[in-house]
Formats: sequence, structure tokens, C-alpha cells
Amino acid sequence: MELLLDSLFNGVAIGSVLLVAALGLAIVFGLMGVINLAHGELMMLGAYTTYVTQLIFKLPILRPFYDSYIIVSIFLAFIVSGVVGILLEKTIIRKLYGSPLETLLATWGVSLILQQFVRSVPLAYGTGLVISLLIGLFLPTSFPSKIKESINFKYFKFSSWIFAALTGVLTGSIISSSVSKLSRASARNVDVTAPSWMRGQVEIIGTAFPKTRLMIIVITLISVIAITVFLNQSAWGMRIRAVTQNRQMSDCLGISTEKVDIITFGIGSGLAGVAGVAVSLLGSVGPNVGGNYIVGCFMVVVLGGVGNLLGTVLASFGIGIMTDLIGAGRLLSIWPDMPLPLSNTINFFATTSMARVMIFALIVIFLQFKPTGLFPQKGRMVEN
Amino acid sequence: MRISRRILAGLATASLAVTATSCGGGGTSGSFDDTVTVGILHSLSGTMAISESTLVDTEKMAIEEINAAGGVTVGGKSYKIEYIVEDGASDWPTFAEKSKKLIDQDGVPVVFGGWTSASRKAMLPVYESKDAFLYYPIQYEAQECSNNIFYTGATPNQQSEPATDFMYKRSPAAGGDFFLVGSDYVFPRTSNTITKAQVKQLGGKVVGEDYLPLGNTEVAPIISKIKKALPEGGIIINTLNGDQNVAFFKQIQDAGITPSSGYYVMNYSIAEEEISTIGPEFLEGHYGAWNYMMSIDTPASKKFAASFKKRWGADRVVADPQESAYNMVYLWKQAVEDAGTFDDNAVREALVGQKFDAPQGPVEVMPNHHLSQTVRIGEINAEGGFTILEETGVVLPQAWNQKHPSSKGFACDWTDPSKGEKYKL
Repeated sequence: MELLLDSLFNGVAIGSVLLVAALGLAIVFGLMGVINLAHGELMMLGAYTTYVTQLIFKLPILRPFYDSYIIVSIFLAFIVSGVVGILLEKTIIRKLYGSPLETLLATWGVSLILQQFVRSVPLAYGTGLVISLLIGLFLPTSFPSKIKESINFKYFKFSSWIFAALTGVLTGSIISSSVSKLSRASARNVDVTAPSWMRGQVEIIGTAFPKTRLMIIVITLISVIAITVFLNQSAWGMRIRAVTQNRQMSDCLGISTEKVDIITFGIGSGLAGVAGVAVSLLGSVGPNVGGNYIVGCFMVVVLGGVGNLLGTVLASFGIGIMTDLIGAGRLLSIWPDMPLPLSNTINFFATTSMARVMIFALIVIFLQFKPTGLFPQKGRMVEN
Repeated sequence: MRISRRILAGLATASLAVTATSCGGGGTSGSFDDTVTVGILHSLSGTMAISESTLVDTEKMAIEEINAAGGVTVGGKSYKIEYIVEDGASDWPTFAEKSKKLIDQDGVPVVFGGWTSASRKAMLPVYESKDAFLYYPIQYEAQECSNNIFYTGATPNQQSEPATDFMYKRSPAAGGDFFLVGSDYVFPRTSNTITKAQVKQLGGKVVGEDYLPLGNTEVAPIISKIKKALPEGGIIINTLNGDQNVAFFKQIQDAGITPSSGYYVMNYSIAEEEISTIGPEFLEGHYGAWNYMMSIDTPASKKFAASFKKRWGADRVVADPQESAYNMVYLWKQAVEDAGTFDDNAVREALVGQKFDAPQGPVEVMPNHHLSQTVRIGEINAEGGFTILEETGVVLPQAWNQKHPSSKGFACDWTDPSKGEKYKL
């Protein structure tokens, strides 16, 4: 019983890291059909946001609230990655809809740019830049419609960008002068330390579980529930689903597909940011942190069936549980007196490297029989 | 205090920018008869840049120190050392390509470079075919002995063997079982093969080993295995690579695998630089084994650390790889002066037997192109340094490990033409 519980927990823990990382991709790749290779780098931005938030919360004014920085950083990471994602959509991806190969190359280029960006720009000014983007993108949309429709709107837009740039530079320099660790560019990996209430372990029914893992499971659960509710209950969610099913028809019926694209991509990217927070709790934060997860993310989305959230959820937990079963050699402890050749085979695969090989092989075999994944989208797609 | 540190840091960045733009500079005052240009080849971009750039800094500092003291004197003429820095870009074929460029195009007499074993293996054929000379400063798995490479880092018998001995005999977990964890590449696997043989000799037991693919940070299955194999605590030998250590230590601490519950980790790849990245709160009470540790309390060691901080910023630290890099520049200078020429073959002959009063203590170049070094075992403390627990005498390097089944009974000697790369003892 304890063994089973332990194994199940480990599987769910590994799976939820995969799930939270793949969730954003499931939306961007699954719903929009955009192969976003910069997804990992959006995660990386989320992880760096956690790091910056942590350091800012160490300032004397915010020190009393230090323990809650991780919660704040979840929201900030969502915003930061979301804003960068929106910029990405507006400038690059929008021009490449319907040409997957070009999108793939362009987003790969973006991923390299973002990696080098965090290496060579001091994080304080990076933060400033994100703040200017945030203001520049959203300030014009918040003007009353009277101004928006006037002829002089482009001046308003222009001046709000100037305002945004100034605010960005100002916050950048304030942060840089108050937090010395953020004032210099560095290719060095940095470290996020979980607040004390999140370290150590809790005991549930006689088994000890690490708290950070539980936290990641909670973050994942909340993200999945929130995104499901959003897609199925809200008006924008309905529009998103409409556009994914039949873009032209939705367009004819008066849905602004442009806006839907921005929102979908923004949410997908924002979720990557949330994943970044989760990942920063497990390992170190560096320019390459996202790249380590991107293969796993695509694997989960493809296995789950493109365009289906339930598939993504099941696929990630499936892979998680398999990783634990194979990698930790648990089958042997479940069935101790299995025949020798079988137990030797299992022992051979019971290392982390070989378990990965085994899982890739299993997925390839599975996709041979069900090429569209666990839950393929039913009905005809308009693209076909 | 905080302000002054910031100014210093700013100055350091500024000076870095200056040296970066004036590529090939590095000289100070003084009049010289001539100049000699050496090559520096490390990764300045990509994954390895974090570690390798510290070596570039150290090598520049050593060259500047030598120049300030009058440069290299060859045949009565004083030469100012200049350098060309090339970027290996964390890409092994690039290391080979840039080596060719440095040797053929720039005609440098010596190249200081490399970090990963993969980069060294890629460069080796270039230096052997052109009969040029590479100085390689990293502790590595050995099992190699080239006439054209000079290794100033530790071989396994100068690091892991004394460390395993310490863990099994004198650590708080003495007599306990071993679990080996490493990244999945040549150094951890070779090092662990040696450790397994040694543990067997000592009468201990290795109850498990696992390797994490490079870039993977999911250590949950390894933790389950450690808990299953060592339920009551024990000795963990860790050869994980840089970043993966962060994931490993964060997660084992959360899983209750800590010194207070009887688990002691001995690390071969964690130096002061890595401790500050991982965070001492995760590492306190675990162990490390190196030839040089910043906390060595000798004038030479303190001077080395102080000049590095003065040159590159007060928040910088020095660690074992940097000390090796520092030593190799000085040893090259001494050998050139003794040989009286920059000619490779003469320098190679003059190099063997060179002694240097290094920050770690005296070192000497052995006939197998490795250094005799002192080994230290340290416990990681809350301040992010090592509390040195043990210090061996001078340990001679074994290019061919005497515990590894494939190289037992072999040695290397380049001073005797009948022996060479690998001969039977």
C-alpha cells in the first residue's frame, strides 16, 4: 500500500511538471496549430521572473511579505511571459499562420534570441523592458473608445509608447540600483530558494511527501481547472473554440479572429510562464532551462492528441507514472520473484537514461497504432 | 559597504569591457625587447561559458602578473606575453577548428584551453598531428596520456580515491553503503568504475548507481532508488554536472536526504563557484575533494584569492580549476625560460621536473605530463566555502588508473623513448 502510494505520488509529481509545462503548448500548438519552439524560452522567462521577484521581495519594504513571493511570482510570470508571447504573436507569428515550417524556424530563432537576451542584458533592465512592453501594449487599448476612434489616435498611441519607455527605463534603473544582483548581466545560472514554509516534507498516511512537489501539483491543478473553465464557460473561451474549429466561419459571424489569436497565444505563453515558476522550484534557473523541457512538452501534446486538454492531462500523468515505474525499477518490488530474463531486462532499463529510451520507444510504438494520439479531434478539420 | 561593493562590481564590468574590446592586449608598463603571443581557447558562449570564462579571467591575470614582473626572459631578451582569446562556443568541433587556427594562422607556441573531456578529445588529434602543445587545466577521468597535452588538473587518484577512502573510513557515515550518482558522460562513468573497484577493495558495498542524462533535471526516480537502497542513510558519491547539482540538492533536501538523517554526499564537481550558485543552505554538511580550496590558510593561497578579487571584483571566488589554470601559465613560463627557446620540443623537455610554489602548495611536473598535487577533503560550510578536514601529502598522478580494470598495471613516461604513452609496469 505504502509502495503503491509512493509510486503513484512520484508518478503524479513527475507528470504534473510535464503537464504544467505542456499545458501552454497544448493551447498554442493544439488549438492554434502553431509549432512554437520558443515555448521553452517563455518558460525560462517565467523562471527568471520568479528569481527577480524573490530578490525584490528581499528589499526592506517588502521583507515582511517575503514568504508570499512565490504566489505573487506565479501571477507576474503569467503576465511577463504572456506579454512577450503577445509581442511575438503581433510581430512574427501572425505573418506566418498556415506555414508551419517557417513558424518553426522563426520561433527557433526567437528562442535563441531570448536565451542570449537573458545572458547579455542585466535582469533589472530586462524587467524594465517588460514593463514598458506591458504599458505600451495595454495603455492604448484602455483609452475610452471616443479617443480610439479619433483621427489623432496614433499620436495617443505614440505618446503612450514614450510614456511606457520612460517608465521602463525608470523602473529598470531603480531596480538596478537597489538590487545589486540584478544590475549586471551574467550567463551564470541563478537559484530560486523556496520560502521556508515550502521546504521539507509533510506526512500523509505514514508517507512523507516533499512540499515543493505538492506545491507544483497544486499549481498544475489550478492551471488546468482555470483553463478548462475559461475555455468552456467564458465568452472568449467559446470564441477561441469556435475559431479553432472553423476560422472562416467564425470570421464571417463577426468574431475578431485577430483578437482571438492574440488572446489564445497570450494565454498559452502565460501558462508557459507559470510552468517556469514550477520548474524554478526544482532546479536552477538559467538560459537553457526551457530547452530541457521542450521535447517532453511536444511529446505530451502529441501523445495526448492535438487539441485536446484531457488527452494532455492523461498523457503527462501516464508518462510520469511510466517514468517512475521503469526508472526506479518498481516493477521488481511489486513482483519480486519474476523470471530471471525478465527481471534482468527490467534492471537494465531501471536507470534514468535507459528509462527515457524505453519511454520514447513505447510512445513511438503507441503512435504507430494511434497516430493521432490518445484523444484525436473528432470531425473534419477545416484545414483538411 | 554595499555601495562600495557595487562600485567595485561596476569597475570590474568596465574593466572587463575594456579588455574584451582590446582583444590581444593585457600588457602593463615596462619595456620589453619583443613580444610572444599565446593562445587561450575556452568557451565564451553556450552552456560551458559560465565555467570556462572564469579560466579565461585567471589566465589573463596570470599573464598580466608575469608581464608586470618583467615578462618571459629567453636568451637574455625579455618578451612581453600577449594573448589571443578564441571562443570554443561549447561545441567540440569548434575547439578543434580554433586550435588549428591558433597553431597555423597565429603561430602561437602554446594554447591554454579546454574544460570538458569531450573538448579535449576533439582537440587531441590536432595537437598530435601538428606536434603543438595544449595545456589543459581541469580535473578529469585520466586514462589518457598524450605527448602533446600537459594536464594540470587532478587525475582520479588525486581526487576521488582519497575522497572515497575518507568517506569509508573516517566520515560520520564510515562503513556505510555507497550509492553513486552522476551525469551521463565519460567522466562520471569512468570515475565511478574506479570508485566501485576501490570500494570493493576496502570491503564496502556499492548498493546502486544511476546516471542522469545531460540537461535532465528530473531526479525523482533517483531519489526513490536512494531511499530504497540506503534506507538508514549512507554515502552518496556525486559526479553530477553543474546545473544538475542544483536540481539534485534541492530535491534530496526536500525528500529528507540530509546529513542530519545520515546521508553524506561527497562531491567531485562542486567547487566554491558552484556552491555560491547552488546555495550553501542546500550543501552544508556535505563534502568535497579538491587540490585547491579557497580556504587554504597559506600566504600563497591568500595572495592568489586576493589578486583575483582585486582584478575581477570583490564578489568573485577562486576555485580549483582556476588554480590549475593559473599554475599552468607559470609552469609554461618557467619551462620556456629554462629551455631558452619557445620551440615546442625543447619546452616539452624542460617542462618535466619544473617545480612551482602554487597556491595549493608545491607542485611538480611528472614525466607523464601530469602534476604531483596535494589532495584536500573539505566539509561545505554555511558561508559557502570548505572547512578543510584532511590534507594528504603530495600525491603522484596516475595517467593510467591503477584501480580501473582496463589500465591496471600500466603507466606513462614521456622522458624515456622506450616507454611513452602506455607501458607495462
